[in-house]
Amino acid sequence: MRTRQERFLVTFPSTTAAMAMEGICRAGDVPGRLIPVPRAITAGCGLCWSAPLEERQRIEDLLIRERLDVDGLYTMWL
Amino acid sequence: MIYLDNAATTCPKPPEVVSAVAAAMATFGNSGRGAHAKALTAARTIYETRVAVAKLFGCPRPDHVAFTPNSTMALNIAISGLLRPGDHVISTDLEHNSVLRPLYRLQAEGVAADMLPADHRGQIDLGDLERLLRPETRAVVCTHASNVTGDLVDIRRVGSFCRAHGLLFVLDASQTAGTFPIQMEQDQVDVVCFTGHKSLLGPQGTGGLCIREGIEIRPLAVGGTGVQSFSERQPAAYPTRLEAGTLNSHGLAGLHAALAFLDRVGTQTIRAHETALARRFYEAVRQLPGVTIYGDFSTEVRAPIVTLNIREEDPAVVADALSERFGIAVRPGAHCAPRLHRCLGTQERGAVRFSWSWANTEMETDAAAEAVRILTEEGC
Repeated sequence: MRTRQERFLVTFPSTTAAMAMEGICRAGDVPGRLIPVPRAITAGCGLCWSAPLEERQRIEDLLIRERLDVDGLYTMWL
Repeated sequence: MIYLDNAATTCPKPPEVVSAVAAAMATFGNSGRGAHAKALTAARTIYETRVAVAKLFGCPRPDHVAFTPNSTMALNIAISGLLRPGDHVISTDLEHNSVLRPLYRLQAEGVAADMLPADHRGQIDLGDLERLLRPETRAVVCTHASNVTGDLVDIRRVGSFCRAHGLLFVLDASQTAGTFPIQMEQDQVDVVCFTGHKSLLGPQGTGGLCIREGIEIRPLAVGGTGVQSFSERQPAAYPTRLEAGTLNSHGLAGLHAALAFLDRVGTQTIRAHETALARRFYEAVRQLPGVTIYGDFSTEVRAPIVTLNIREEDPAVVADALSERFGIAVRPGAHCAPRLHRCLGTQERGAVRFSWSWANTEMETDAAAEAVRILTEEGC
């Protein structure tokens, strides 16, 4: 069984916004990946960005700088 | 076969478009329906296609590029999603049925529509826009180029008229997207409706709308989006708002490759090539006895289309003779533009349309001109 870690999650209003996030994070060498949105956030399906918790500040700065469309920000043990 | 029916759909597509579609069919999952590698591969390609389309049309936000199966659907979404009973809309006699029929349907529901009239040469006067303006006018919907004559509309002038009077400008770019410059900001276009399979050189089943920020379009279709599954309403955010159901990711992979091809070869290079061929044909057939050509050839800036009739011959018979005797593919008939045919006086029989694309050659063009010469001499 894998070890659970506390992660920083970003949810989006559309798949398109998730794709934009992935592209910007990759370009900026920001770690993380797209995963299915955990049920604790919404059972409504969709993608979210999952990153190590220590990246939180860097990602929040990125979201503001790039004016990315975001639904919500969460920390969660996954 | 010499294929000169590119205004209906361009053929062949660049080889990389064909291989991109095939590769997508072998590797793509469903975009937005899962976070596994195959779904993400499809989603990434679709997103990159949005970015490329946004760049092409100067659309500031890639998420304001919504994909549809074709420009007919894009126009239906834009026209039906922007206009309400009580609104007035201005369009033109040049339009295709993909604009006219949505407008006619809305007329029955209480939208008023006026058409900028074309004269017997198929020419419109944009100065007439002012005359048709009413306090309740909400939008102008017009084509960038007539699919019958190839004549271009000065969209910057239409855009500036719309901006000056607070109107929405919906542009039908079916015949020009990819070869003629369209810049939403400079041209002041609010919604660009395009198809992927004509001058964009992509697969059939691709198209879409580019929407200026702040323009609210009601969706025509609602349904599965991969997000907000428990909401009873279609998500409000573009492009999901207008994209119910699975997208044609295979086709969009082809469109992505087509956009890369246009970028690599250069839209100006392709346009110059097509324009030169159409002009070459025009010059070769214009003085043949019994040939009537429609449209304004006093300018070089026109879509690569030459539409003609030979004496009183039935265009269907002419097209069949070109196909059977000479192996030349063209399109006869009314070209889904009934108002313009009435203006040109060709409503009873239509006309024969020759149209060029990147893959055509001078040799093919000369063969087509020679075939027309023979038909004018020998009959069909």
